[in-house]
Amino acid sequence: MSLAIDIRRLRFRYGDGPWVLDIPELTLKRGTRAFLFGPSGSGKTTLLGVLAGVLEAEEGEVGVLGKDLASLSGAERDAFRAEHIGYVFQMFNLIPYLSVLDNIALPARMNAGRRARLDGAGVKETAALLADQLQIGDLLKKPVTELSVGQQQRVAACRALIGAPELIVADEPTSSLDFDRREAFLELLFQECERAGATLVFVSHDRTLEGMFSRTISLPDVNKAVL
Amino acid sequence: MLVLDLALKSLRNRAFSTSLTVGSIALSVALLIGVENVRVGMRESFSNTISQTDLIVGTKGGTIQLLLYSVFGMGAPTENVSWEAYEEWAEHPAVAWTIPYSLGDSHRGFRVIGTTEDFYRHYRYRGGQEIALAEGRANADLFDVTLGADVAAELNYALGDEIAVTHGLGEVGFVNHDHMPFTVVGVLAKTFTPVDRAIYVTLEGMEAIHWEDGEPPATGDGHAHDEEAEAADDGHAHEDEAEAAPADDEHDHASDVSIEDVEVTQVTSFFVGTTNRRDVLQLQREINDFEDEPMMAVIPGAALNEMWRSLGYAETGLRLVTIFVVLVGLLGMLVSLYTSLNERRREMAILRAVGAGPNRIVALLVLESVCLASAGALAGLALVYALLSAGQSLVEAQVGLFIPIRPPGAIELLLLGAVVTAGFLMGFVPAFKAYRTALHDGLAVRV
Repeated sequence: MSLAIDIRRLRFRYGDGPWVLDIPELTLKRGTRAFLFGPSGSGKTTLLGVLAGVLEAEEGEVGVLGKDLASLSGAERDAFRAEHIGYVFQMFNLIPYLSVLDNIALPARMNAGRRARLDGAGVKETAALLADQLQIGDLLKKPVTELSVGQQQRVAACRALIGAPELIVADEPTSSLDFDRREAFLELLFQECERAGATLVFVSHDRTLEGMFSRTISLPDVNKAVL
Repeated sequence: MLVLDLALKSLRNRAFSTSLTVGSIALSVALLIGVENVRVGMRESFSNTISQTDLIVGTKGGTIQLLLYSVFGMGAPTENVSWEAYEEWAEHPAVAWTIPYSLGDSHRGFRVIGTTEDFYRHYRYRGGQEIALAEGRANADLFDVTLGADVAAELNYALGDEIAVTHGLGEVGFVNHDHMPFTVVGVLAKTFTPVDRAIYVTLEGMEAIHWEDGEPPATGDGHAHDEEAEAADDGHAHEDEAEAAPADDEHDHASDVSIEDVEVTQVTSFFVGTTNRRDVLQLQREINDFEDEPMMAVIPGAALNEMWRSLGYAETGLRLVTIFVVLVGLLGMLVSLYTSLNERRREMAILRAVGAGPNRIVALLVLESVCLASAGALAGLALVYALLSAGQSLVEAQVGLFIPIRPPGAIELLLLGAVVTAGFLMGFVPAFKAYRTALHDGLAVRV
């Protein structure tokens, strides 16, 4: 149970296409702030999809938080993701027709396990508390379309963090932000992950941020499919 | 509940395309239900053209033909019924009342019908409504006419006007009996039945129209008919006394003839009310087996239904067209949902990321489709009632079609249910597409 990620002999491809992922071994301890980098096309987003259980590995084991996702059904993986994983996209993170509050609350409303981790507080209260911590507490009632990009990414972080999932997966969430905001956003993200004791897998092709993380993984080094 | 919430908010977010879709479904549903209502209204007003009459009796021929000429004033029989035969049946113990009808002439395109005051006493339409006079009095004397409501309105006639009644059905008759004028003594209230389009004279008046060359076959006391007005209430009771009316007695002017001098020899058909409705079938059989003259009796309700059924193909065609209109409305919804999917791929990826399985994506889209169809169906229903309550009296006044407003019945609910079900089934088309895209996209949007 000490490993957040434990990948063995993972192979993945889309349909009958060429192998996109071929990872003999990749492990990550719990509580790590991992920086996963690689050029475009090295399979970063695909790996995150497999880790989140959205994509199904064709071969091998995908251990996430002690569960082998490869042995779960699609519905079980969906439920597992909803309960244990927070996900932040590169950009356009928010459901356009939901308010800031509803966007943050979405995972908790989607999954009872995630709701159970709110420590007895209501969904709205927890969402508001998280928003306060990420300094967007005054935006809760706003439609998300009126938010700046930086504000949107913070809303996305709140949504990933609500209900304290053990694994936060972030797919270049800072690429649409300028440099100052990037660091500020990362600081907030780290702070919240630490508070929740969550493992963070942060994907980027931009190595300038590398120094802020406790571990760096070069995807081309672990993914044999990219050569 | 989460998915429903998402579906509603998503639809609200696309308010413009949502309202367009709901609007087009509503219009098509309104058309479907509206046509259904009009159809029911038409059938009811049709089968209520005449009511409480147990039998219509005429010479042997087609059922529908008898109905057409005696109830709808269309066409003419090949033979008439003799006065003797009519009287024989009128006095039958099972018969409570009769209304004799004598037709065949027209005035400026409107049918002239000879009848007696029994018409005013016994004729019923649309669930038992009586013939009422809008103004004046019922025709009673030889040259009295009472006009149906449409006749008075269209020909712009008033009480006291003198009109000529011609022989034949055309706009202009073969012989114009200018020297035999009839006087308008009454106008009937509107009934929205063929009664409105007829001109009523006495049976004797009808005989007078038939005189060759407009010459009266009998002499009579010039202005006797003014005093006769009340006395003639008993209609044909005096016919026996007047039977010596010779056909070739010369006289200057027809209006000099008294009603008592005219002999009624035949009627076209007659309506029968029985004392006991259980006798209707027996009486019908007896009339059909009558040996003195070829006669037949039909039960108006059954005959009207038979006639309506023979028009049924038009009804089916109309309904088919409206069903297709609804399908087109629903297809519009399908197109709008389907084309929105591409721009919603990001949304689907986000939903998947926060834990929605493909089934939930399917549920979301099917639910959106059901919401659109339901909203459209309800709006369409509301539209029908709004239009009905706004236009009912207008339609009644303009085309004489009374469309009843009643709470949605089994047919309406069935139609609404069918529309929602169709929306539900159609929702699976974009849903299946979204399902496949969601599986393929994963968390990235691949184009």
